[in-house]
Amino acid sequence: MDYVLLIEQLLNGFQLGIILFLMAAGLTLVFGIMDLVNLAHGSLFMIGAFVGGTLTLATGSLMLGAVLMVPAMFAIGVLVETIALRTLYRRSHLDQVLATFGLILFFNEATRLIWGPEGLAVPLPDFLEGTVALGAGITYPLYRVVIIVIGILVALGLYLLVARTRFGMLVRAGASNRVMAGALGVNIPVLFSLVFGIGAVLAGLAGLIITPITQAAIGMGEDVLILAFVVIVIGGIGSVRGAFVAALLTGIIDTMGRSFLDVILLLFLSPNAAESAGPALSSMLIYILMAGILFFRPQGLFPPRSATAAP
Amino acid sequence: MLKKIVAAAALTAAVSSPASADIKIGFVTTLTTPAAVVGRDMRDAVELALEHIGGRMGPEAVEVVYGDDEFNAQKGKQATERLLLRDDVDLVAGYIWSNVLLASAPVVLSAGKLLISANAGPAPLAGRRCHENFFNISWQNDQTPMALGELLNREAIRSLYIVAPNYVAGQNMVAGVERVFAGEVVGKDMTVWPSQRDWSAELSKIKAAGPEGVFMFYPGPAGPAFVKQYEQAGLIDAIPLFSVYTFDSISLPLFQEAGIDAVLGSKMTQFWAPDLRNDQNQKFVAAFRKKYGRYPSFYAAQSYDSMFFIKSAVEAVGGDVQDVDGMRSALRKAEFPSVRGQFRMGSNHFPVQNFYERTVVEDADGNWTTSVGPVVLEDHQDPYASQCEMGG
Repeated sequence: MDYVLLIEQLLNGFQLGIILFLMAAGLTLVFGIMDLVNLAHGSLFMIGAFVGGTLTLATGSLMLGAVLMVPAMFAIGVLVETIALRTLYRRSHLDQVLATFGLILFFNEATRLIWGPEGLAVPLPDFLEGTVALGAGITYPLYRVVIIVIGILVALGLYLLVARTRFGMLVRAGASNRVMAGALGVNIPVLFSLVFGIGAVLAGLAGLIITPITQAAIGMGEDVLILAFVVIVIGGIGSVRGAFVAALLTGIIDTMGRSFLDVILLLFLSPNAAESAGPALSSMLIYILMAGILFFRPQGLFPPRSATAAP
Repeated sequence: MLKKIVAAAALTAAVSSPASADIKIGFVTTLTTPAAVVGRDMRDAVELALEHIGGRMGPEAVEVVYGDDEFNAQKGKQATERLLLRDDVDLVAGYIWSNVLLASAPVVLSAGKLLISANAGPAPLAGRRCHENFFNISWQNDQTPMALGELLNREAIRSLYIVAPNYVAGQNMVAGVERVFAGEVVGKDMTVWPSQRDWSAELSKIKAAGPEGVFMFYPGPAGPAFVKQYEQAGLIDAIPLFSVYTFDSISLPLFQEAGIDAVLGSKMTQFWAPDLRNDQNQKFVAAFRKKYGRYPSFYAAQSYDSMFFIKSAVEAVGGDVQDVDGMRSALRKAEFPSVRGQFRMGSNHFPVQNFYERTVVEDADGNWTTSVGPVVLEDHQDPYASQCEMGG
């Protein structure tokens, strides 16, 4: 097990974490502030990939596609929130789960009708192709480096937005105590629409930037959604900082498990047993992590302040 | 109230059983979910075959009723039951997925009807659980990877890295390659299926292991994604990529659209290719391309074959499809023009046939397709046939 492989796998884990963060940031805000369990967040990831991919193919530029996708996803997010979700806030979580599950089916079929069942392939621009040498014998795909950089920039921007602006203050107030924020004159419906729109943009961005790697496929969001829920539970619901830390943690642990678990198991087990136990155990690893963290910190790593004080 | 129900029932019956058709064939495939792209190819091929035989088999008019398995074994079984009970079909064909077929087969066989798989070829049905009324018109799961193992030996690949999804077919494919491959397997990753679409960790391991070849099996849309990442990791020029059931006319247009020209020249094995030279195949491929504007996949080829296969049996019994014994002995002879050319039905009702090398190429019009090469395994019978003890 040489260090080059180890560092590459760390980078791989970091890159997966970045994608999870973009998904989880929106999810945690919507869940934390609006108290809405939105299973359809994965559909926004998928729509981002298809809409952004189509814009990319139409304009011939991935960056132009990404820039145009931002207002498109924001509009879609606001539309979904206004039409479908607004009536659900007062309902129980089970009703919300049912309704947003229905939205998943709706969006999957709608995507199939519009783009066909075969999905969408988005080419990578030439200047993002290939690998870069990072020194010490490590070469890494350039595009994955770009994903990491974009993710860090978005995280930074989101941090500034939430921590340094008036809008961010309202968001934090909403996350801490929704009723009190409303009573103090915050326009809750507008705030909710904005938060949901931002969540949609982030999810769409995650979907679009992963598409040149994985391609856009119907139902691509559901698997990421499950991981994103793990992330927000670990990070503390409503906390963007928690989502960032937990996403990186989840990404790195998942990748490390996939890369080294079978080698480690070989120390204790026969090759055949290690070969079959390795994949099974590595896919459970993040859930074991979640269970462990919840045991010691039931509110997650970084719960919003009032959540810890709540009765 | 009762009147209404009776009227509704009568109406449903009238709608679901048009009096015109003498023979009804049930065809189960995937018509929804992302895998519907495979089902579409199969249905298109069946429709084309019906057109070519003028909608008749012998003296009888034929109707095909489609069932949707929704990419799910339980739903597939229900669709099969609906075809048998509600639509009262005379025999059942189709089935892409091994798990769907295994769940549905008992339903058809216990009803005493003939069952013809147009794709799935799971080991149990070829061996211990073979049945006199079950026929396969594609291949047994192990055969194509066994041919690939032989191809690797011919290409003098001594060290191999294997990446495949961790489910029944993935395990079968890997086992098939390992059964024949003579070199050393230096690494093997069985990945989460169907959710894993990012292979960064596995690709880093491949790079560190430095094998002479990589074998992968990713059917459906996962295949292009894998190859794209393989290219982005800078591996495609360094280590040749071998595969089965991954590059076909469904995935190649996606590769072409995405401009991944590194897949050109990639090698695989299969029983059929669009440019396999025989009259039936040339007619089929030309007509399919004319009607649908794309190359047929092997799924389509098998589905097209299945209709002619059934037709040969219907004609042998003079249109009396209730004569299952007569139909069965005609099916065993497999005397029909197949797009794969000459082959025979084995003792376990799976084809004994050639497997060819196939290479991804660009055709004269600039479309990406596959081109057939030399025979890798000749008149090959699956390894389970000896376990099949068929009554009757």
